[in-house]
Amino acid sequence: MKINSNLGRFSLGEIAPGNKVLVLAYLCLFPLFGQLYGQEFQMDSLTQTILPVSLEEVILISSYKKSLEHNSHHKPLSTLDEYLESSKKVNLIKRGAYAWEPILNDMGTERLAVTIDGMRIFGACTDRMDPITSYVDVSNLSDVHVTGGQQGAKQGATIGGAIDLRLEKSNFRPLDWTASIETGFESNNMAQIVGGELNYSNEQFYLDTDIIYRKADNYVDGNGEEIAYSQFEKYNLSANAGYKVAEGKQFLASFIFDEARDVGYPALPMDVSLARALIGSVSWEQSNFIGEFEQWETKLYANSITHVMDDSQRPDVPIRMDMPGWSDTYGYFSQAQLKLDDHTLLLKLDGFYNRSLAEMTMYPNDPNQQEMFMLTWPDVRTLNTGFYGEDTIGLQGGTLKLSTRATFQGFNVADSFGLNSLRIFYPEMEQRQTRFLKSVAAQFHKKFKTVHFTGGVSYGDRAPTVSEGFGFYLFNSFDNHDYIGNPDLKNEKALEAKLKLSVPLEKLSLGLDANYFHTMDYIIGEISPNLDVMTIGAEGVKVYNNLDYAALYNLGLDAGYKFSPALDLSGTVTYHRGKDQDDRNLPFISPLSYAAQLQYGNGSFSGSFSMRGAADQVNFNPEFGEDRTAAYTVFSASLGKTFSIQKDKMLVKAGVENMFDTFYSTYTDWNNIPRMGRNFYMTVSYAIN
Amino acid sequence: MKTIRPFLIALTLILGFSSCSDSEDDPIIIDDNPLSDYVMLTAIVSNTHSVEIYSEAQQAFTVGYNELFLRIKDESSDTYISNADISWKPMMHMTEMMHSCPTSSISVTENASVYKGYAVFQMPGNSEEYWEMEVEFTIDGQSYYVSEHIEVTAPTDGNQRVSVFMGSDETRYVLAMMPLEPEVAVNDIAAMLFKMENMISFPIVENYRVNIDPRMPGMGNHSSPNNEPLVYDAESKSYQGKLSLTMTGYWKINMILKNESSEVIKGEEVTDDNESSSLYFELEF
Repeated sequence: MKINSNLGRFSLGEIAPGNKVLVLAYLCLFPLFGQLYGQEFQMDSLTQTILPVSLEEVILISSYKKSLEHNSHHKPLSTLDEYLESSKKVNLIKRGAYAWEPILNDMGTERLAVTIDGMRIFGACTDRMDPITSYVDVSNLSDVHVTGGQQGAKQGATIGGAIDLRLEKSNFRPLDWTASIETGFESNNMAQIVGGELNYSNEQFYLDTDIIYRKADNYVDGNGEEIAYSQFEKYNLSANAGYKVAEGKQFLASFIFDEARDVGYPALPMDVSLARALIGSVSWEQSNFIGEFEQWETKLYANSITHVMDDSQRPDVPIRMDMPGWSDTYGYFSQAQLKLDDHTLLLKLDGFYNRSLAEMTMYPNDPNQQEMFMLTWPDVRTLNTGFYGEDTIGLQGGTLKLSTRATFQGFNVADSFGLNSLRIFYPEMEQRQTRFLKSVAAQFHKKFKTVHFTGGVSYGDRAPTVSEGFGFYLFNSFDNHDYIGNPDLKNEKALEAKLKLSVPLEKLSLGLDANYFHTMDYIIGEISPNLDVMTIGAEGVKVYNNLDYAALYNLGLDAGYKFSPALDLSGTVTYHRGKDQDDRNLPFISPLSYAAQLQYGNGSFSGSFSMRGAADQVNFNPEFGEDRTAAYTVFSASLGKTFSIQKDKMLVKAGVENMFDTFYSTYTDWNNIPRMGRNFYMTVSYAIN
Repeated sequence: MKTIRPFLIALTLILGFSSCSDSEDDPIIIDDNPLSDYVMLTAIVSNTHSVEIYSEAQQAFTVGYNELFLRIKDESSDTYISNADISWKPMMHMTEMMHSCPTSSISVTENASVYKGYAVFQMPGNSEEYWEMEVEFTIDGQSYYVSEHIEVTAPTDGNQRVSVFMGSDETRYVLAMMPLEPEVAVNDIAAMLFKMENMISFPIVENYRVNIDPRMPGMGNHSSPNNEPLVYDAESKSYQGKLSLTMTGYWKINMILKNESSEVIKGEEVTDDNESSSLYFELEF
């Protein structure tokens, strides 16, 4: 208990910022000694879950969360990517077994605002091999908030929506010490997972720490072929701490260290020898603010990403090259709420400064020749300042939510080497540019007896990404083209309409979810026949351009049937379509897909049987490197049991994925790389009491 | 007026100080040798005078375009001669024949005792063949002649900056790239073209055109965008164009030379089957 009181008096506020890392490291180690001295532990149920939410569903997610236990996911220690994939809304582009890129409403990284607890982070890879989701792990997260379209504008300027990865926090719950150790194994790629967490929390102070380590060999597809370069190894450490200065005033800090090494990308010509992220934040939360304002939250954050792409493991390459990239972001946000009669107002001020730099060095086969060097991201400094406001108005039997965002975004190409490189293509190019971004949205929700209806319209725009605006010969192995950025791009704008209907009947529930994005000045790479390729073997060069418009539709139907409190069946069918003004198909648009799951759970025993599949991809576009992906259906099953060993608890979960060893690949598989064949897995979680 | 005077004094003082500091920044050149930062490539010594030849950046006479600075020292008075009338003629003594190379006339620079010109050496010397620099100058109506062997070396990086060729019009030409500090950017590139009239005379050729196609043989022989052909500029008497280099490394600048009637004099298009033109320069950085 001595340790407790020591920890209780510990204040991060007194520490100089430069020492924060050390302090956090110290805080990470400190509780380990506590464990040795036999403190009391409780198992805190891990509650990672993915739910597609729009505003009115936020409440639902938290109530859902409470009922949800650690064992509810069929594979508790699966990667975050697999968690995301099990959601209805998120799809993932796969270039291997690691670092899948989330897509929402058929839109990827450039059209989404992906955040960790509201923090903006930008990958450091020019080839999108390090989405933000690859720098956290399930051990860190409590849940993921997925918001479609302009409903995600709270996190930043977006077209497709926002994915907020929310960190798990003890949050001053009087849990005292809690700890768990988990381990998992997968047969197909000999994956080993070891993780643990140790938390201390009382009403004045909490400290959560966790660690997870994963190592996987190459996986084997449904034909028994080994997929070379699909291995990976990573570990992730994180710590979260909170100190209650006074009632209603608290100081929070979080830190994540994530490092992956020797990550193979079988679908690409290069691998990653190092992907490392340092992500930290401090925040101040106060329940009362000026006047009637309340729930004031201010966060300062910084993160630094290093990504080293190389081809040293590949035996046959036309030329050796290294492609390291760096992305550093510093940001803040401050938000407060105001409740007035039927209005709930949320005002948020936010901003970030990002520095993106990437280079490419090619080593000629003739050793007497000089190395070839270029800047693929010319040290682009992005300064973004935004204001977001929303008003949720309570109406009779319904709510109306109005929201808006205004953002200034400035770009500065700081490196003259890079600026001169780009001026080869754009002689008149300015070093700096400023863009004004805006978003307005209205969403209406009404309940007719038991039927929920949600409808919304919105308009929003986004600035080009660093690659789209300033990329220099970025090779895309999917369509086999080199891409050149275009600083003259117009902002991409989208008009969006959505409709959602959920009909809960006695045992049956039905839902319909549809949205439409009319995206003007849609940014995409178009072939520039006069330009010569840089990459050996590339077919041509594409320059980012604005299409007149693109139209994207997403339609989802879901149904659930509860046979008994312990047994339920659920299923979804989704349809997606995306084309441009000339009826050309856009890339990475899902074919008709479906999923169904039969789930059983009664206290200590759980089981599931699930099916997932897609129809033939009929709407594809060879111009973007696509071909017709064949239909597939795969089946999985899992069983779980909780054992009590004296006072401790142990959860054992085992299952099989792709049980019929089907050979398949999906529309999201980069270069049609086959998916994993049959895979048995087992996880053991042990909670010490 | 009384109130104004202190201001005037102050103003005068300020101006005085600032002009003092100005003159400190730019001291009047009283150095004996205005070319002290340059490299003396050779000094051709005769009984009465010695002719010193300097280069700004080069360490030696090099195959290709050489910008050279000359001074003439009066050995008896140890002074440098101003406003002399100078001509020069580098001669290559080959085993079978002798020939000269394209040169400019020699002009006086801002400093009247420093003279300037260029020479384009087509080849290096070797054990059997050598260059001899012949210089004639006139001081006060008195003509002098000095000559000495000079060592002309191939560029240390081995890259080609001059091309000597027989054109399709049965004329022999010399095409030389002017010095270029290459950058990953759009570079200004300049070259000079000479016709070999005979062994001694190499007049400048005007109004031709040089199409360029820079390539990286070390990387799939890719090209670069937005290059501009070299066209004749009457003022500088050279051909000027734009060269885009998209990355550092070894670049081969393939060229096609066309005459006023757009007939190809030398060079071929680079295609999938033809990796390189027979007319090219090389760059590495």
